[in-house]
Order: sequence, then structure tokens, then C-alpha cells
Amino acid sequence: MALKELNFEFKAATPKTIKKEWAHLGVVGSGDMEVLLEKRRLNGAVKVKVVTPVTGFEKVWELVLAKVVKDNNLGDVYMEINDNNATPIVASMRLRQALAEASKPEREVEENA
Amino acid sequence: MGTEITKVWDSLKRDTQERLNKVKHLVKEGKVVAAEDTVALLEGVIKPGDKVNLEGNNQKQADFLAECLCKVDSNKVHDLHMVQSVLALKSHLDVFEKGIAKKLDYSFSGPQAGRLAEFVRDGKLELGAIHTYLELFGRYYADLIPRVALVVGFEADKEGNLYTGFNTEDTPVIVEATKFKQGIVIAQVNKIVDKVPRVDIPGDWVDFVIESPKPFYIEPLFTRDPALITDTQVLMAMMAIKGIYGEYEVQSMNHGIGFFTAAIELLLPTYGEELGLKGKTCSYFCLNPHPTLIPAIEKGWVKSIHCFGGELGMEEYVKARSDIFFVGPDGSLRSNRAYCQAAGHYAMDMFIGGTLQIDKYGNSSTATANRIAGFGGAPNMGCDAKGRRHSSEAWLKCGEEYGIQGDLVGKMPRGKKLVVQMQETFKEKLEPAFVEELDAEQLQKNAGLDLPPVMIYSDDLTHIITEEGIAYIHKCADMKEKMAAIRAVAGYTKIGLQADEQETKVLRQKGIVKTPADLEIDITRANRSLLAAKNIKELVEWSGGLYSPPAKFRNW
Repeated sequence: MALKELNFEFKAATPKTIKKEWAHLGVVGSGDMEVLLEKRRLNGAVKVKVVTPVTGFEKVWELVLAKVVKDNNLGDVYMEINDNNATPIVASMRLRQALAEASKPEREVEENA
Repeated sequence: MGTEITKVWDSLKRDTQERLNKVKHLVKEGKVVAAEDTVALLEGVIKPGDKVNLEGNNQKQADFLAECLCKVDSNKVHDLHMVQSVLALKSHLDVFEKGIAKKLDYSFSGPQAGRLAEFVRDGKLELGAIHTYLELFGRYYADLIPRVALVVGFEADKEGNLYTGFNTEDTPVIVEATKFKQGIVIAQVNKIVDKVPRVDIPGDWVDFVIESPKPFYIEPLFTRDPALITDTQVLMAMMAIKGIYGEYEVQSMNHGIGFFTAAIELLLPTYGEELGLKGKTCSYFCLNPHPTLIPAIEKGWVKSIHCFGGELGMEEYVKARSDIFFVGPDGSLRSNRAYCQAAGHYAMDMFIGGTLQIDKYGNSSTATANRIAGFGGAPNMGCDAKGRRHSSEAWLKCGEEYGIQGDLVGKMPRGKKLVVQMQETFKEKLEPAFVEELDAEQLQKNAGLDLPPVMIYSDDLTHIITEEGIAYIHKCADMKEKMAAIRAVAGYTKIGLQADEQETKVLRQKGIVKTPADLEIDITRANRSLLAAKNIKELVEWSGGLYSPPAKFRNW
């Protein structure tokens, strides 16, 4: 199956970056998709690269991502998504989960681990 | 007044006696007829134009009798009017193909739904109506009384006493309607014995018993493998438990058969317990013995369960839990679809299940454009019982919240049943689950039906749960607000994309729409590790080895 690369850039009104340096969620092989979040200086913008086998859902990806960025006032983040036929539902949930993970203070995460 | 008319008041009885006399020679001993004489028996007792009931539902099937009915001579037996719960087996439609049957009144069809639509379109079958189970059972006692019933049980003795046991299901309601209106009852059983373990149907209500060449077909329809539950389903189950089960403290309910409710059942001992809900919700159920409910039962959540039918593999577990299930003196479950449907309609505070499509008004259906599937019991479970007169806290709270209550009954207090549909906004193959118009409307045109087959109408539906959140649509003041609430949880479907941000914000402030964040649900916890059992093997362990899953679910 041919993979397709989609690139997006968003800017929230009052952007703030994530607490952790990076976060990773999900497995692309056995699961539905993986998300990698990385703190990066982008003048407050969010850059996203999506690698997906599904065609015809560019607009939905853009809407899902734009909403996540806006709802979370996200900025200075680089996001990489490797999609394995995830529905927009799963994509949206995985992103929300990844962000919640990335927003937890480092220490708390260590204690949980 | 003049002319005197000599009236005959027992013509049915006389006709039945004539039919029985014709087949006397086929009876071996008591009421026993040999399997190889079954076709001759049917040709002898069935007359053209008879209403005939062929027992079967989404579980057990009178499959041998169905096959024999296909083999009768259509010159002798034709134009039958079939009245039956489901259309599940190939033979159920073959009788129409062969010109033996002509008209059908039924309730549910699964695998044969596509072929049924073809038959209706091609004029091979005259479709009376699609009913709910209770509605059809009701008509067995009015205008659809079977003249001959072909039923199924586990065992019979020579006097015709039937043991239907774990899978009693529809047998009592069919036999009573048929026999007491002078009809003829024929039963296929797996075994003819000297003494049945218990009498489920008394022998004098049964005319003939036949030992079938092989045991009747039965499907494990209510077994859901926890291994297939997704993280999204876990998230939605968390929302259901916190935003509905906990919010209303619903004590009595029916769960649908899908993975959403399986996820809820498996979260009760973990997430539910964490929220302190044990004892406050989920005490009484009407549903089949779902294996996924084992962990919650073992943890003491459930007080009572009445069943429509059995479920393969759950026999020994049910037997050992007679405080929870309805169990006979012989130790096996007594299911009864008619009573369980009545309980589901009148005694339950909530119905919760899944669907395939929800339209922009909140009507939902599992019908697709080319399949006449029917809904079985779902519409009776999934509707407000307008005849209900007893109260409960959940029912009253839902009624108090009902946005148009005042327009309907003024200041008079009245409760409302919770009718909840869980639906991911996109289904497999990225088909949207929220639509402008239901496929059911296309089906109506394609198959020439009187009306589109709607499973649950918008005025009965109270809550919609998607991965985006819960819409408490019963709280809405009018259809305009209701449509906005539906858009707010419809995600990235065309319907959802029409949501207005400001409008959604107001709905969230009013508590008509709640997102996982509004419900204070930690979304990072929404994953499979929260399930009390993660696969079938763990369900067996929870049951202490009493649950014995069918072979197709054993993968270890």
C-alpha cells in the first residue's frame, strides 16, 4: 500500500508549548496509529507530518489537527503521526491522549512508571 | 328476528380432529413420530392457506422441521402464511421459493436479510409486517393465531412433555397461542427420553414429538471476546458509566449485544468500583447470560438477571449462581423471551445499545438499503413505556429533565425511561454514522415497504454517546436545539462539521452536551488495561472454570 505524506502548519491564538521535551503514544504496527510530540522552537507554530495509507481524508486530518491545536492553545510543537488506517475518531483520541501525557509534570510520570 | 341459523361453534376443533385422524397411522407410541415420517406428517396436518409458526429466534432453531417443511409436496401444501420470530436459516426462505409459503409476518432476520429484500422485490414473498417480538407475540393472540406450530426442545417423553430448559425462549408463548385455539403443535427434540428433567411444556399441549437426526442449531450470539474491545470503546464506556450510570444511579437495565456494552460490563469491577458506584447502579438486568458480565457478578454488583434465552457455554455457571439467575428445580436456567421482553419494556429504567446510523433528528436504524433486517426486541427495550405507572429515582430524574414535559402534561410529574445509543462517529471503512437521511428510507423505496424501518425514534431517545461526548438530547427544548446537540457530538462527519462553536458552547454550559473533559474523565486512562478481563480465557478464570466457551472462542 502506497503511503502518503501530509504536512500541516497551525497557529493558536495564545500558544503555549508542552511540559515535557517529547512524548510518544501508540504503536503503528499492531495498533491503529502512533503519535510523536516534540518540543521545538517554531515561533509559536505547530508543525505536523502525517504518514498515512488512507487517501481522501486530507481535509478531515486538517480539521482534527486544527481543533486539537486550538482547544489546547498548542505552540512550538512538532508532531509526527504514523497512521495505520485509524479513523478520525481514533486519531483525535490518540492526539488528546498524547497531549494529556505530554502535559503531565515529568516527576509525576516517573512516579507512575 | 325470524330465520333461525344453525350455528357451529366448534369448527376449529372438528377440523383439527379430522387432520389428526388422517395421520394416526404415523404415530408409533404415545405421541412419537419417526424422523423419516415427518414430511408425511406435515402434509397430513397442514392445509393450504394455514398460518404456520416455525420456531426459531436469534438463538435456537427448529431447523429439522424447517427442512422437512421445504420437502412437502407443494400441490398438497401451498399458500402458507408464515408467522415466526426470525428468518435466520436458508430453509426459512426456501419454502417461499418452492411455492409452499406465500406470506410472511416476522420480527428479525440476520443472515437472510439481503435475500429477503430480493424476494420481496421480486414478488416471491408477500411481506405482512416487521414487528417487535412482543408485538408479534401479541398478534399470535389476535389475528395471527398459528393453526400449526413447529417448535423445538432439548428432550421429550413419549406423552409429549417437553424439556426446553436453558433455551426455553419463545416456545411457551407459541404453544399456548396455538394449542388453546385448537391448533396443532409438533415438536422436534434432540432426544426422546423416559422422563424429562423438568416439564417446561405439558404433554397435553403437544400433539407430536420427533427425535431429530441431529441436535438443533443454536448460535452463541451474545458472546463478545474482550480481546476485540478497542480503546475508543473503553473511553465511551467510561463516559457511559460516569455520565449516565453514576449520574442517574440507574438500577435496572437492558444491555444490547455489542462491544460497547461488553466494555461497560468489564469496566464495572474496575472503573465503576473506583467511582464508588457498586450498589448504586446495575442491580437488575434483563439480558441473556453475557459472559462479559461474569466479573461484575463475581464482584457482587448484580442482584438479579432474567434471560430471553440462554448462551452456549454459560450452562454450568448459571446453574451455580441460582441467587442471580432464574433456575428450575432441575438446576438449569429457565429463559422466556415473552416475559423478559415484558420486563425489558416495563420494569427496566434504561436501554443502552449500539446502532448503525443516526439521522440529524436523532432517529436511528440498523437497516441498510438492501437488507430487511428487522429489530427483534430493541424497539420495545428502546422506547419509553407509556403505560408505566411505577416510579424510580432514575426514571423520575430523566422525566424532570425532559425539555418538553410541560408542553405534554403541564405541571404533572412524570418519569421517562433512559434510552441510550452508543455510536462511534465513523464506522468501519470510514462510513459516517451520523447521516442526513437513514438508509432505511432508501430501503423503504427499494423493497416497497409502508414505512422506513426505524429502530428507535428520536422522541424515545434520551442520550447519544460518541467518542466526542454525551448529548443529553431529552433535555432539549425543541427539535432545533436537539439537532444542535446531535451535531455537537457527531465529530468530523458532515453532520458534525456543521456544528456551530458558539452554539456548542451554550449547550455545554446548559449540561446538554458533556465532553470527556466536562465529565472530568482522564482520557489517558482510556485503554484496554482498564478491562476486568482482557480475553475469553480471563473470563473463564473469573468464573472459577464454570464458564465453558464454545470452540470458536477458545484460542489458547
